[in-house]
Amino acid sequence: MLTRALFLIFLALALPQAYAGEAEPTADDVALEKRVMAVSEELRCLVCQNQTIADSHAELAIDLKNQVREKLRQGMSEREIVDYMVERYGDFVLYRPLVKSSTWLLWFGPFILLLVAAGVLVAKLRQRRKAMQEAPKLNADDHARAESLLSGTDNGAKS
Amino acid sequence: MNRFLLPLGIFIVLAIFLGVGLTLKPREVPSPFIGKPAPAFRVPQLHEEGKTLSPEDMRGKVWLLNVWASWCVSCREEHPVLVDLARQNVVPLYGLNYKDARENALAWLNDGGNPYIASAHDLSGNVGIDWGVYGVPETFVVDKKGIIRYKHIGPVTPEALKDKIIPLVKELNGAN
Repeated sequence: MLTRALFLIFLALALPQAYAGEAEPTADDVALEKRVMAVSEELRCLVCQNQTIADSHAELAIDLKNQVREKLRQGMSEREIVDYMVERYGDFVLYRPLVKSSTWLLWFGPFILLLVAAGVLVAKLRQRRKAMQEAPKLNADDHARAESLLSGTDNGAKS
Repeated sequence: MNRFLLPLGIFIVLAIFLGVGLTLKPREVPSPFIGKPAPAFRVPQLHEEGKTLSPEDMRGKVWLLNVWASWCVSCREEHPVLVDLARQNVVPLYGLNYKDARENALAWLNDGGNPYIASAHDLSGNVGIDWGVYGVPETFVVDKKGIIRYKHIGPVTPEALKDKIIPLVKELNGAN
C-alpha cells in the first residue's frame, strides 16, 4: 500500500518534467515556425554533417535556425535564404545536392551500377542456358542406369 | 584460378576507393568565399569596448583573421603557434572572438598571451555566420583589396604556416 502511494507520488512529480522538454511555439508564430522548419530541413548542419539543421541541436544549427527565423520575419523568401546560406557555406550546405555536372555520378551512379549488374545477370543466365543446351545428350543405356539408381535397384557394383 | 580473378579485382578496386576515402577530410568544407570580398562587419573590440573593428580598416594590407573562442579546445592547441607567429612580425594578425563572454576571452588571452593586434567581439555569432564559420578555429587570409584568398580550417599548425600561409602572404604582399 505504502509503495503504491509512493509510486503515485513520484509519478505525479514526474509529470511536469515529461512536458518540460517540448517546445511551445506561441500561437501567432505557428505559421512562421512551420516555414522555419521547412527551410531548415533543406539545410545541412556543418557540424554534424549527416543531419539537417532542423534535426540538429548543435549550437551552430540553432544559430542558423535563428537566422532563418529572423530573415523570414524580415520578409526574405525561402529561396533567398537558401541562396544566402549557399553563398556563405557553399553547395555543401544543401541537404539535397543539386543536380549538376559535378554531381551526376552521385545522382546517377547507383542506376548505372544497377544496369551493369542487370547486364552481368543476363549474360550469366545466357551462358548457363547455352551450357545446358550443349551438355552431352544421354543415350538409352544412361537412362536405364539412371532409372535403376532412382528406384534403388542398382547395387552399385557396376562401373 | 580464373574464378578468383573477378572477386579479387572487385576487392582491389574497393580497397583503393576506401583507402582514398580515408585520406579525405569531410570536415573541411571548401569555402565559397575564396576570391570573393570579405564580408563587412563593424563590431566592438574585445579589449576596448568603445572602439570598433572592421575589415575596412585593414584596406591596403595583407592580414589574417583568426576566429577563436575561450571555450574552443583546439584553439588552445593552436594558440602557441599564433603567439609565435605574432612575434615574427610577418603578417598582422587580427582575431574574431566568436560567441564568447568578454571576461572569459580576456582571461584566456591573459593566460596564453595575446597574439592579436586586436580582436573583434562577436558575441551573437552573426559575424561568424556571415563569414561562413562553422567550426572554431578558422583562419582567413585577406589581401590588400579585401579579398579572401585562403581559409584554414582547424588549428593552425607550424607546417600550415610554413607551407601555405606565409608563402601566400609573401606572394600577396609582392602583388599590388
